[in-house]
Amino acid sequence: MASLAQAPHIAADTATFDLARQSLRELNQFLHHGLGGVKKVRVLNPDGAHSIAVGVDASIEIEVDGHAGYYAGGMNKHASILVRGNAGPGVAEGMSSGIVHVKGFASVSAGAAAHGGLLVIEGDTSLRCGISMKGIDIVVGGSVGDFSAFMAQAGRLVICGDAGDALGDSLYEAVIYVRGKVKSLGADAGEEPMSDADYAAVADLLEKAGLKHDPKQFRRIASKRELYHWNADANQEY
Amino acid sequence: MCGIVGLLVKKPELREQLGELMLPMLIGMTERGPDSAGMAVFTAPVADDRRKLSLYSGTATFDWTAFENAAHMALGAETVLNVQANHGVLETAAPVAGAKQWIRAQFPELHVLSAGQYIDLYKDVGAPAEVAERYDFRQLKGSHLVGHTRMATESAVTPDRAHPFTAGEDWCLVHNGSLSNPYQIRRKLEPLGIDFETDNDTEAACRYFEWRMREGDNLEAAIRSGFEELDGFYTFLMGTRDELALVRDAFACKPAIIAETDDYVAISSEFRSLAKLPDVKNAKIFEPMPEEIYVWRA
Repeated sequence: MASLAQAPHIAADTATFDLARQSLRELNQFLHHGLGGVKKVRVLNPDGAHSIAVGVDASIEIEVDGHAGYYAGGMNKHASILVRGNAGPGVAEGMSSGIVHVKGFASVSAGAAAHGGLLVIEGDTSLRCGISMKGIDIVVGGSVGDFSAFMAQAGRLVICGDAGDALGDSLYEAVIYVRGKVKSLGADAGEEPMSDADYAAVADLLEKAGLKHDPKQFRRIASKRELYHWNADANQEY
Repeated sequence: MCGIVGLLVKKPELREQLGELMLPMLIGMTERGPDSAGMAVFTAPVADDRRKLSLYSGTATFDWTAFENAAHMALGAETVLNVQANHGVLETAAPVAGAKQWIRAQFPELHVLSAGQYIDLYKDVGAPAEVAERYDFRQLKGSHLVGHTRMATESAVTPDRAHPFTAGEDWCLVHNGSLSNPYQIRRKLEPLGIDFETDNDTEAACRYFEWRMREGDNLEAAIRSGFEELDGFYTFLMGTRDELALVRDAFACKPAIIAETDDYVAISSEFRSLAKLPDVKNAKIFEPMPEEIYVWRA
């Protein structure tokens, strides 16, 4: 166990870190090496600090009481992380399992390149949400910015609001469900009919995210798979 | 990387506290820009027939008294000089162009950082906290300000390459990002008689907007034409005598966040620089959209 300059306050099975008085490194070292029997960690005064609760590999609950900066919950495995505020760029990037739930909005590249787990953003997200996602499920309560799900390879992106330009550009096998307006679809992304399995998937993800919408209002966007094979006659038009 | 900060107070009584409110914002952006820092503050104006020039003497010892005496002779007895460390604000009734020309000819070691009725400008190399201390940013008073912390990527760490950059009177620009076609812009503008002081990419944007506004564009039209001409990544924050203007490139490559209350509008690269503002927990917080022009009026 790493030695800590200032021990967290531990009561019952909950540890509390105050980032106004304790360093981020102390928090993350505790999350990586010092949990012992602790089941829940509260983080006070995050004040936009970067890399809060990155690289956690434990089935614990983490509550961040305020706004987080870059990469909150990045590379998460097993942990359930709640941000009671907004999140900066790259929230939950590279996550492989567990849950990251943001009560406010998230900046660019939310859930980037993540392999698994669930990312819930109750508000809007900025550009490139789910860029290169590789198996994560992302549920956005609001709208997503331009180039969302760019080169998304696997997983599902549920958008309860609107989508910006070039949604699903160069999409592989990830699937997008969108409820609102789409400003434009990206190259090789196309709307497909919803099947019963799609409605069930949307209902399940909305329930997990705690968001109430009728799955019937969602449309399915998936790869047209025309970019999978080079077509010299396409003249770069897809 | 770089950090930008902007603050505009909505209530006249808060103008006294402008520097104090801003200081944690600037220091909060140290990690994004540890090399240099700068600050343009828009103060109560000097009289309509007068202008003030912010002057920087570099690190060498400079004889400000000799300069002041010479200024009285050349620019008129009503000329006033206020000196702080290696920085002076010269207030004069002489025309700006003539005063600048006289300074360049007689005191080439002095750099004119800004000119106008409202603007005072400070910029220097060093960590933001050191620069703030050197020029006593805490006591700055005014309606709004534009600040910057620099992590140099494309040109050397020198005071003249620090931000803000200025053009004309009562106008300044700070930049987070990097332009990929500054030399193209330069080759377009130099034949039109527009002079560059450095090889900095932000200066290219600054001279470009200056040129557009000289050609008759208002600020918004100048920014819109920049969407076509300026290639690269940018969040630009600009100050005029009564406005702050913010714009991000089409891909929103560089961050920006805004916190607004009944008392102030605060702009920064990141929330951590806004976290110490009074009542920020109840502020309306949002990220500006790409290629949308945000303007706040003092």
